[in-house]
Amino acid sequence: MRRYYKTLVFFLSLWPLYVISYQIIFNQLGPEPVDRIINHFGEWTLIFILLTLSMTPLKKITKSVEWIKFRRMLGLFTFFYASIHMLSYVGLDYRFDFEPLINDVLKKKFIFIGFSAWLLLIPLAITSSDRMVRLLKQNWKKIHRLIYIIGIFGVLHYIWLSKTIFFKPLIFLILLIILLLFRIKITKSASKI
Amino acid sequence: MIKFKNSEITPENIYKKRRSFIKSIGLSASTLAMSAIPFVNKSLASERDKLTSYKDITTYNNYYEFGTSKSDPHRNSQIFKTTPWDITIEGEVEKPIKLSIEEISEMFISEERIYRLRCVEGWSMVIPWMGFSLSKLLSKVNPTNKAKFVEFESVYDPAQMKGQRYPVLNWPYNEGLRIDEAMHPLTTVVTGLYGKKLPNQNGAPLRIFIPWKYGFKSAKAIVKIKFVENMPTSSWMWASPREYGFYSNVNPNVDHPRWSQATERIIGEGVWAPRVKTLMFNGYGDEVASLYSGMDLKKNY
Repeated sequence: MRRYYKTLVFFLSLWPLYVISYQIIFNQLGPEPVDRIINHFGEWTLIFILLTLSMTPLKKITKSVEWIKFRRMLGLFTFFYASIHMLSYVGLDYRFDFEPLINDVLKKKFIFIGFSAWLLLIPLAITSSDRMVRLLKQNWKKIHRLIYIIGIFGVLHYIWLSKTIFFKPLIFLILLIILLLFRIKITKSASKI
Repeated sequence: MIKFKNSEITPENIYKKRRSFIKSIGLSASTLAMSAIPFVNKSLASERDKLTSYKDITTYNNYYEFGTSKSDPHRNSQIFKTTPWDITIEGEVEKPIKLSIEEISEMFISEERIYRLRCVEGWSMVIPWMGFSLSKLLSKVNPTNKAKFVEFESVYDPAQMKGQRYPVLNWPYNEGLRIDEAMHPLTTVVTGLYGKKLPNQNGAPLRIFIPWKYGFKSAKAIVKIKFVENMPTSSWMWASPREYGFYSNVNPNVDHPRWSQATERIIGEGVWAPRVKTLMFNGYGDEVASLYSGMDLKKNY
């Protein structure tokens, strides 16, 4: 049974794609379809960051290492959805018109920070294989701590692009803070031992 | 979800036919009247001036009193009560007055006014409002010589407007105009759209609409109009003075700190439609640019 967990998580993680395909096919994207697609994948990127960050706390709470098995897959899905999010912005919204795009990246802090978060995801995706884990040894862990920064950048990106923090950006912020607090607790209690 | 009954809405194609019919029979008689409405002269069939569908206009709204998501206002405003409704005109005036919504609709005849709406978020619609110039309403009072600005206050009713139960904005919603802006013929008191009563999610029973300014300047569900001496601080200025200025004229050359204002996306145009260039004063420069002559619009954003 447990062997199938990973397959199950994989197909569940494709949920955002099922939803958007359904909405495209049945013309349910609403009045601002481009915005809808960009926001959809942006939101799911944040959700997957939070899911990825939940695996270690879940391991501690349930005292089961099972969770860690999903961490890499969820992390890669984060990168996958972040890339679709970024590409739909560059391609659908700006039609690969790079002049206003570069202008946006440099002038708009929410785009700057969002783009930075996506760039930071690249080394994590590249070093996600077992071989890389072995190759990088202790450094692997250090590199992959970048996910905390990416999480913070991602949520800031959402807060800055929203006209008000109420309510979705606030919810993401609170969840991220809770998940990051777990890290402080873990390292503190670990250092005591 | 609440659906519209088909019978409630004049189908758009019939609606548009009716308009061209009215235009053709009354062209000569109405030329004078129409020349006061710049859109008719200018806009005829260009793509950018295609009417946005009734469905999009009434289901895609920024109206934080009913929730912060675009679909919230339609969902949460259906049971909102708009009668009885009084509007007071007060402040620096010789004699303040209080008018009921019925009195207002008897006093002033609403006409169709098709205007572009440009949201500060970078999207736009073309809306066939029903309404009349605000100047007509304001002429019912005599402002004192202290009066320099006009302040608009929207209704505060957290029991009916669940968005107001949270400190999203400084409730009640507050907006303002300089007197000459308020008296400009394009500044409209809106009572309806698509030839029908104004839906709750669009600001019923009465809102204002200022076509050359970003949408948030056009306050909804107004209960109080106040002549004041000093420049009012609007709810959005209160929330973020760096981002939202008092004037908030549509201006492709002055970027919002977070969004470029050079282009906009037309609502209802589909996934593959490109952005279009935003026009200075939302295309109403001929009518309103003179209000701002000599002003640095980068500073007075």
